[in-house]
Amino acid sequence: MSGVRIPYDIGKVKVPRGEVHIAKDRCKGCGFCIEYCPNDVLELSDEFNSKGYHPPIVVKPEECLNCGLCEILCPEFAIWSTLKGEVEAKIAG
Amino acid sequence: MEALETIKVREKENHPMEPLLRMDRIPHIWCPGCGIGTTVTAFVSALEKLEFDLDKVVVVSGIGCTGRVAGYIKLDSFHTTHGRAIPFATGIKLGNPDLKVVVFSGDGDLVSIGGNHFIHAARRNIDITVILVNNFIYAMTGGQVAPTTPVSAYTTTSPFGNFEPPSNIPQLAEAAGAVYVARWTSLHIRRLTKSIAEALQKPGFSVVEVISPCAMYYSRINRLGEGIDMMRFYHENSIIKHGEPTENLDIKYQKEIVVGKFVDRERPTFIESYNRWIGETKS
Repeated sequence: MSGVRIPYDIGKVKVPRGEVHIAKDRCKGCGFCIEYCPNDVLELSDEFNSKGYHPPIVVKPEECLNCGLCEILCPEFAIWSTLKGEVEAKIAG
Repeated sequence: MEALETIKVREKENHPMEPLLRMDRIPHIWCPGCGIGTTVTAFVSALEKLEFDLDKVVVVSGIGCTGRVAGYIKLDSFHTTHGRAIPFATGIKLGNPDLKVVVFSGDGDLVSIGGNHFIHAARRNIDITVILVNNFIYAMTGGQVAPTTPVSAYTTTSPFGNFEPPSNIPQLAEAAGAVYVARWTSLHIRRLTKSIAEALQKPGFSVVEVISPCAMYYSRINRLGEGIDMMRFYHENSIIKHGEPTENLDIKYQKEIVVGKFVDRERPTFIESYNRWIGETKS
C-alpha cells in the first residue's frame, strides 16, 4: 500500500455493481464474453444447452461492474447485465 | 419511436436489444465466433445513442452472411439481389430523401459483385451509410476466393493459396469520392459504435469497414483457430492510426491491420447538387 496515492474523492466515488443475465439456449459458446470480461466474472460451464453448446456461467457475481462489454460483444444477443446497486470505492491491493 | 423507448428499459427477463430484433427469427444462422452479430449490436447501439426516429431508418442488405442483417433487424428493411444493395438504397434515398438509408452488407456483395455500384454511389455522393463487413471470403456459398482475400490465404477455390492482390477498400472508397471512411475490427466495438454514429450523421456517402472473423471457412482452411483466436489476433495486431493515407491500408495475410478513421471531408451530396443544378438551369 505504501506509495499508492489515495484519490482525494475516494469517499465520494461509488462503484456500480451489476447482475449478469444469460439466455442460455441462444448461446453458441464462442467465448467472447469470457475472454473479454475485465473482471473475469464468467467461465465456460460444463452443462449443455439445447443446441449442444456450453454456455458461460457466472462464477464471481459480486465482481460485475455493469460495464456492458459482454452485452456489446456477444454476437448472439444472449448476455446482458442490469444495475444491481453501488458500493463504496476501495483501493485495490 | 416506441422501439427506441423500450430499448432503454433494461429488464432482467429480456435482452435490451430485443425490441429492435425480429425475435421469431433469433437465434440467427451466423456461426459460433462470427463477428456479424457484434457489428449489428454496434449499429443498434449507435442508433440508440443518436436517438433517431426509427420510422425513418431503412436497412438495405444484399446477399451473403451479412446480407441476413436485413432479416433480423426490426426496422424497415430490404433484402435485395446479390451486389445490388447500393442501387436499391439509392432508389430509396431519392424516392424519399427524409429517410436515413443504411446499407449493411458484406465484402463479397458490396465490393466484389456490386463493386461498380459502390464506386458510382461514392462518385455521386449519394447520402447513404455503408457498413461493410469484411471477412475476406465468400462465406455463405462455401468459402470461395473473393477480391478481398489476402495474398497466400487458402480458400476452397485457391487450394494452393491465393495469388491475386486484394482490394484495398478504404482506398477504393476514398478514390471514388466517399466523404467518410473508417475501418475497425469486430473487437474494437466501442470505437466501431462511435464511428457508425459519426457515419450516420455525416451527409454523403460514408463507409465503415468492419474486419470480422469467419470462423468456419476462412479460419478453418487456413488453420487460424476459432473466432476467439481471430479476436486475439486482432487484439495483438491491429494498430489505430487515424488519418493514415489510404494507400497504406492494404491487408496482408496475418500481418498487422491498420484501423481508424481515415477520411472525413465535405462534398456536395447528390441531392444537393441536383437541387442546385435545377435552380441554376431554371433561372
